[in-house]
Amino acid sequence: MIVFEHVTVRYADRPILSDVDLTVPEGELCLVVGGTGVGKSTLLRAVNGLVPHFTGGRLSGRVLVDGRDTRTHPPRELADVVGFVGQDPLAGFVTDTVEEELTYSMESLGLANPVMRTRVEETLDLLGIVELRDRPLTRLSGGQQQRVAIGAALTAHPRVLVLDEPTSALDPGAAEDVLAALHRLVHDLGMTVLIAEHRLERVAQYADRVIWLPGAGAPPVAGPPGPVLAEAPVAPPVVRLGQLAGWRPVPVSVRDARRQAGDLRASLAATPVAHMTVPVTGPGAGPVLRASRVAVSYGQVQALTGVDLAVATGERVALMGRNGSGKSSLLWTVQGGGRRGGGTVTIDGVDPASLKPAKRRERAALVPQQPADLLYLDSVDAECAQADLESGRPAGTCRSIVDAISPGIEAGAHPRDLSEGQRLALALGVVLCPAPPVLLLDEPTRGLDYPAKARLAAMLHGLAADGRAIVLATHDVEFAAEYASRVVVLAAGEVVADGPARAVLTASPVFAPQVAKVLAPVEVLTVAEVARLMQERS
Amino acid sequence: MRLHPGAWWVWGLCLAAVASRTTNPLLLGLIVAVAGFVAVRCRQDTPWAGSYGVFLVFGLIVIGVRVVLHILVGGIEGPTVLFTLPRVPLPEWARSIRLGGPVTAEGLVFSICQGMQLATLLACVGAVNALANPKRLLRSLPAALYEVSVAVVVALTVAPQLVASARSVRRARILRGDAVRGARAVRMLLVPVLQDALDRSLLLAASMDARGYGRGAGVSTPARRLTGALVLAGLFGMCVGAYGLLAGDAPVLVGAPMLAVGAALGIGGLLVGSRRVHRSRYRPDPWRPVEFAVLGSGIAALAVTIVAEAVGTAQLVYASVPLTAPDLPLLPAAGVLIALLPAVFA
Repeated sequence: MIVFEHVTVRYADRPILSDVDLTVPEGELCLVVGGTGVGKSTLLRAVNGLVPHFTGGRLSGRVLVDGRDTRTHPPRELADVVGFVGQDPLAGFVTDTVEEELTYSMESLGLANPVMRTRVEETLDLLGIVELRDRPLTRLSGGQQQRVAIGAALTAHPRVLVLDEPTSALDPGAAEDVLAALHRLVHDLGMTVLIAEHRLERVAQYADRVIWLPGAGAPPVAGPPGPVLAEAPVAPPVVRLGQLAGWRPVPVSVRDARRQAGDLRASLAATPVAHMTVPVTGPGAGPVLRASRVAVSYGQVQALTGVDLAVATGERVALMGRNGSGKSSLLWTVQGGGRRGGGTVTIDGVDPASLKPAKRRERAALVPQQPADLLYLDSVDAECAQADLESGRPAGTCRSIVDAISPGIEAGAHPRDLSEGQRLALALGVVLCPAPPVLLLDEPTRGLDYPAKARLAAMLHGLAADGRAIVLATHDVEFAAEYASRVVVLAAGEVVADGPARAVLTASPVFAPQVAKVLAPVEVLTVAEVARLMQERS
Repeated sequence: MRLHPGAWWVWGLCLAAVASRTTNPLLLGLIVAVAGFVAVRCRQDTPWAGSYGVFLVFGLIVIGVRVVLHILVGGIEGPTVLFTLPRVPLPEWARSIRLGGPVTAEGLVFSICQGMQLATLLACVGAVNALANPKRLLRSLPAALYEVSVAVVVALTVAPQLVASARSVRRARILRGDAVRGARAVRMLLVPVLQDALDRSLLLAASMDARGYGRGAGVSTPARRLTGALVLAGLFGMCVGAYGLLAGDAPVLVGAPMLAVGAALGIGGLLVGSRRVHRSRYRPDPWRPVEFAVLGSGIAALAVTIVAEAVGTAQLVYASVPLTAPDLPLLPAAGVLIALLPAVFA
């Protein structure tokens, strides 16, 4: 269905893909994996001709989709064969309401009205969005938007569906909905699906085949999921666990792993796990951040209704919960910049909302969802110098923080040209420059691959050990397992669970990391913990 | 019942045209009342249904601004001086401009009437906005104008997104201590917002391209040129014709005939151009008898006013010197009341 013949893509002189030879047969769900910046998005966009017709650059070789050559067929002429869903569904919406959005590509194809009517109904049913038909697109939740975007691509009845990180912005429940819909498309309609994703723990189990792009000019490796992922630097925890325990074949789903895990489970059950949770007590012992009965509302919507949170120095708190459960609101209110409807917040005994912005940042640092919002100068050095100036610290303070987090960022580089991880490091340097005791992060793992997430977790461990209280909002269960000492779950503006990470993360299947699901009832969270336990035993 | 947005727009624009020909406060008040009544009776439960009130408030502001301007700068004057403001002396070359000085009742009434005229125009547009989504109207434009209508829709969508992104950048800016002032502060806000806007438009364009926007555009150059020439000539004709019709004192030939010729040329251009775009429309808005009735009631209101003006019996222009109570001209008032009909059947 999709054939790449010696495809090389270069922007200016920089090759993104080199000499890619690939064939994706009809009816396969194919997963494209690789680190950040190896050209996953470029590969996907080459399938429907957005590369190079839309992005520029040079493409040599040939891409054939259903027998059509993308050299002679621009994206619009491939619209009836390839459906494309980008990373941010909202940014790709052309119309206002769900029904109009579903019909957009059919109108472009010039289909007859009765055909359009039936296809709209089919698609609404297939994706389970019938009740959303007349809703404005901007009022949908993230998972609903993603399903509408998929539906809008499906109504043209394409043979191939291409999705770029369809679940990265979604909470675990919404991601399940989207993946279930995709699974159904592959199995019921025999559609060929090509997905790129960082959160492999969510998708890998559905894939028929994995294409690993090693980057740096190496040819892609394609094959069955287990063996390919085991070789790649990016792999979900369940694959890593399988490798560690020496299971053959390497499992990709929790189910496969659990069936092979009997022996490991039995041997680990004999070892007490509790001692691995190091009790966290800061030098001052008392909490540095106290929030009590915090309420926030936007118009009629109650974002937070009486939330209590106390965080001590050295604690690493993960705030979890669905999209829209009030995580961001809580972070902004604690920082003092967000509107507070009621309740009290103190950091070191002072209400940050009563302080001027310049003094406030000496109390609490916040990295917003888009770290790039913080950056506005045209080089890394200029940003660092400005941050030193803003916080009245000696020159070089910001740069040294950035170097400690992510060494080797080019001084003259434009912040936009940095990788996601490097940009996050720069943003952290900027906000940590005035040395505040509290660090708040809003969804920092978006767009980070596994190695980058592991580095971020290690770095946050270091910052907490240096005497900071960290609160981080995330959907990423696996990251929370690696990073958090304590987990707070929010739902509909209230705290529904608050406790040590191990207890909260193993208590519910939605928030349980893969390792915990495989090895339950043994309460281990990460592959590293399993490795340590196995070492202790031998 | 949802009507074709085009019908509502013609109805509203006809009412607005009536308002633009009169400064009689009674007649203007009647138009506002008619537009408001129809808007409230016929509107559906939509996000934009409340726009009549917004436009009404906007109209009151316009009246206020007009009155304040009159008090400061003056204009029509009369014998009844209400109060006198200190006059600001201006240099010799600006002697024709007056700042301050006596404020007369006649002048004040005149400026209120003029403000009311603008406010009535706004009220008509507001009523139409409450009744029909402007984006839906764009959807029913001929295929030849498809690209234009998409550009307008995209612009309408991007504006709220720009506001949202400016808000998040401003919040982030406060996170950095809000320490930068002056030109650099503008840059700090503008650079990320513009980058965001650019990113979004590129994403949107990519998404539209991937979904078949602009497919099958294989037209010969002469055909394209013919379309362009016809549409341009048509627009020119319609502009001149509309001016003639609204100005009231232009030669008769410049009015309706010019408008008709322009419209014919424009429609011809659109028909020729429509052949090049291969598109279909989901649930097109039909033109049923109800739509034609709404359309007709608006046109009738305008026609009666024009006839009344031609006959010369109507007091469409209210003279405030000397100060007298305005009369309600019967024929135009009856005409405006015709525009109330949609409230009955739509």
